[in-house]
Amino acid sequence: MNGRFQLGLMIALLIVAGLGLAMYKHFALGFPLFSHDVSKVWSIEAWVTFKAEDEPAQASLTLPDQQSGLRILDESFASPGYGINQIDEGGQQRAVWSIRQADGRQDLFYKVKLHLEPDYDKKIHDEPEAVIPPVLPEPYQTAALSLLKQVKEHSSDPSSFAGTLINHFIAKEPSQNTNMLLGMTEEGTSLPKLLVNLLNMSEIPARIVRGLHLEDGRRRQPIVDMIEVYDGNQWHLFNPRTAKRGTPEDFFLWQRGAKSLLDVMGGVGSDVTFSMISRNVPTRELAITEAKQDGAALIDFSIYTLPLEVQNAFKIILLIPIGVLVVLVMRIIVGLKTSGTFMPVLIAMAFLQTQLLPGLTIFISLVSIGLWIRSFLSQQNMLLVARLGAVIIVVILIMAAMSILSWKLGITQALTVTFFPMIILAWTIERMSILWEEEGPKHVVTEGGGSLLVATMSYLLMSNPIVEQLTFNFPELMLTLLGLVLLLGQYTGYRLLELKRFYPLAHSIKNHQ
Amino acid sequence: MSSFSSHLQTLLAKLSISTPAQLKASGILSMNARNLNYISRYNPRSLLPLVDDKLTTKRMAEKAGVDVPKLIGVIEYQSDIRKLKDILEPLEQFVIKPAKGSGGKGILVITSRDGDRYVKASGESLSFDAVSRDVSNILGGLYSLGGKTDVAVIESLIVADPIFSNYSFEGVPDIRIIVFRGFPVMAMMRLATRASDGKANLHQGAVGVGLDIATGKPLRTVQHNRPVQNHPDTGHDFSKLNVPHWQKILQLSANCFEMTGLGYLGVDLVLDQNLGPLILELNARPGLAIQIANGQGIEPRLKAIEALRKHDISIDERVAFSQQHFGAD
Repeated sequence: MNGRFQLGLMIALLIVAGLGLAMYKHFALGFPLFSHDVSKVWSIEAWVTFKAEDEPAQASLTLPDQQSGLRILDESFASPGYGINQIDEGGQQRAVWSIRQADGRQDLFYKVKLHLEPDYDKKIHDEPEAVIPPVLPEPYQTAALSLLKQVKEHSSDPSSFAGTLINHFIAKEPSQNTNMLLGMTEEGTSLPKLLVNLLNMSEIPARIVRGLHLEDGRRRQPIVDMIEVYDGNQWHLFNPRTAKRGTPEDFFLWQRGAKSLLDVMGGVGSDVTFSMISRNVPTRELAITEAKQDGAALIDFSIYTLPLEVQNAFKIILLIPIGVLVVLVMRIIVGLKTSGTFMPVLIAMAFLQTQLLPGLTIFISLVSIGLWIRSFLSQQNMLLVARLGAVIIVVILIMAAMSILSWKLGITQALTVTFFPMIILAWTIERMSILWEEEGPKHVVTEGGGSLLVATMSYLLMSNPIVEQLTFNFPELMLTLLGLVLLLGQYTGYRLLELKRFYPLAHSIKNHQ
Repeated sequence: MSSFSSHLQTLLAKLSISTPAQLKASGILSMNARNLNYISRYNPRSLLPLVDDKLTTKRMAEKAGVDVPKLIGVIEYQSDIRKLKDILEPLEQFVIKPAKGSGGKGILVITSRDGDRYVKASGESLSFDAVSRDVSNILGGLYSLGGKTDVAVIESLIVADPIFSNYSFEGVPDIRIIVFRGFPVMAMMRLATRASDGKANLHQGAVGVGLDIATGKPLRTVQHNRPVQNHPDTGHDFSKLNVPHWQKILQLSANCFEMTGLGYLGVDLVLDQNLGPLILELNARPGLAIQIANGQGIEPRLKAIEALRKHDISIDERVAFSQQHFGAD
């Protein structure tokens, strides 16, 4: 009883663990249940150019950080001859390209791949520093103070204050104070910079952020300035051209703070432009990349870390448990007889290469011809092992003959005959031939038919794209299968065919009583 | 809902399919339950070679004083086949069988000689070369499980008790007794027919006669799972069949438990005209057809024995218990 309980517990654990891990991979790591799922991945390229003046040159570019709502998958640099360093400058990543000697036009590239994920939440500790209210030169200072007083009266908190302030500047007919302040922008102060200054004057923490609108196929896209306002809890993004609050959709934040985007030493005429392109990739690939990035142990120690050709081998191998389960169900629950316990699984795997109907035709003709030739051999006085060897060679000869004949006839499907495991075929022929001699052709047909039926059912399941996808992407489901197999091993009930076999018996017993 | 289930029942009955509940109520043992609850529980793997190899069984039985057909010779290696001629020369009739064969496969029965030729039970005659080819096949493992190399056992032919000559088409009728933990629980006799090609194999069309464990009297007879009254070839009425030496048969088979240590055993016996009951072979995986021949499920009997408090009782006590509890009336 105790052993039974332990086994039951183990079965339950295996089934739950398999399903649980698969569900974790689906829901937490984003593995798709179906293979046709695709996701959009953005590739953004920053192209830095400048003219070097035959002396050591150094260019540094602000790099984007991981952020909420999207995820950076991959970064790469291309710049012949340059040494590259990534440095952290006050919480902001920067790439530093440097070269001992350079002359003429220089091209440096930085590429980043990202995937939009609305649920991806990246908490950043980002408390504002104490604000020192700036003082503008007159007459702007007076105009500003007057405008700010007016804005304050029409707002309740830092966020609405910022919104109202921006609205003043983008109004069709700006007020007199605003008009005067707009004059500053003509003198070289950008509007976002002016807005940040005005907010700081009201002791509201604010800063400039820069980013890109993601649009497919855009080249030479300019970087866009936005402002961020701190309301005491968190930062809010405002578009200084529309006064809209919140991060716009498909906006990729490149830089926070007013530090320059690009610094070049030892060069002139520097510029940075951005181009972007989106690409659809299978969600599975994406999920693997992301899980590897997160260091998910389930992925780090999985078959995805193996070379691709080994992975392809596993794609087939992972289907075998499905065939095994079919064999077990057919034998234990249904009670079908098969020739050689798991031979049908091997036949089903051959069917995967040949397709079903050609496979069945090839198999039946191969075995029939083999049986016919084997009947000659059985008349000879031969040692068993030698005869088996002879049958293997005969099988190979038949395979070759079938291939050549079908090739000449233009039936290319028959060429897949080589996918059948020869040794298995030889054994099948040998067994069938003995069965024929011992029990008659009827048993050969029953047993052979049973094997082919089970092989066909295994094939139909194994070739199902959903099954293939599930077994390959969720190998942990094998634990569940293992649990089911252990469970089947406990089944002591009647087989379906026994319900028929024992009918006369149960019937006569009932009539007796 | 109840009308649906009654409709389903009528449909199943029309198709001659019973429900699991009906089989359960009849106490019928299923293949899965036999494998899991009886064979794997009561037949330790380490003991199986004792019965899988007929030569071992035979030697063990001879040592234990259990009657078996006389061993004439053994051919172990292909090179020994040279000796075959010398062994067979003085014999008028003999049986050659693979030591590890199953289901009666590969058994060659020679009933008489015709000059140089050997005559089979069916009347077909074989040359010496054909016989030695059969022996070579046996040694090669043609009939053994998994194709393992085997040895050929040559033993004396059993002279069937003439009592059964009316009931058997060729071949020797054998008696199969299921022995559970030393208790004989169910018995049947298997009789060859023309349809079964002289073989006493039920699924090949031999006739199975369920025998009352208390008396050895026939209960009912089936062929191809259906009840029959008379032998299909000889026309004799099975209800007149009488098995002699019944007490000896029960004791011999119960003794096989002590001999092998196997808890769930099929014991196959034959009645020799001169020697009486002989153990032919033992089977650690006896089939379920015996239930059909008896018209009864075996499971209640097995459960009754499992429920006993004392199992280590003498052979006589066990046989008496079975006769008292599992008899027909």
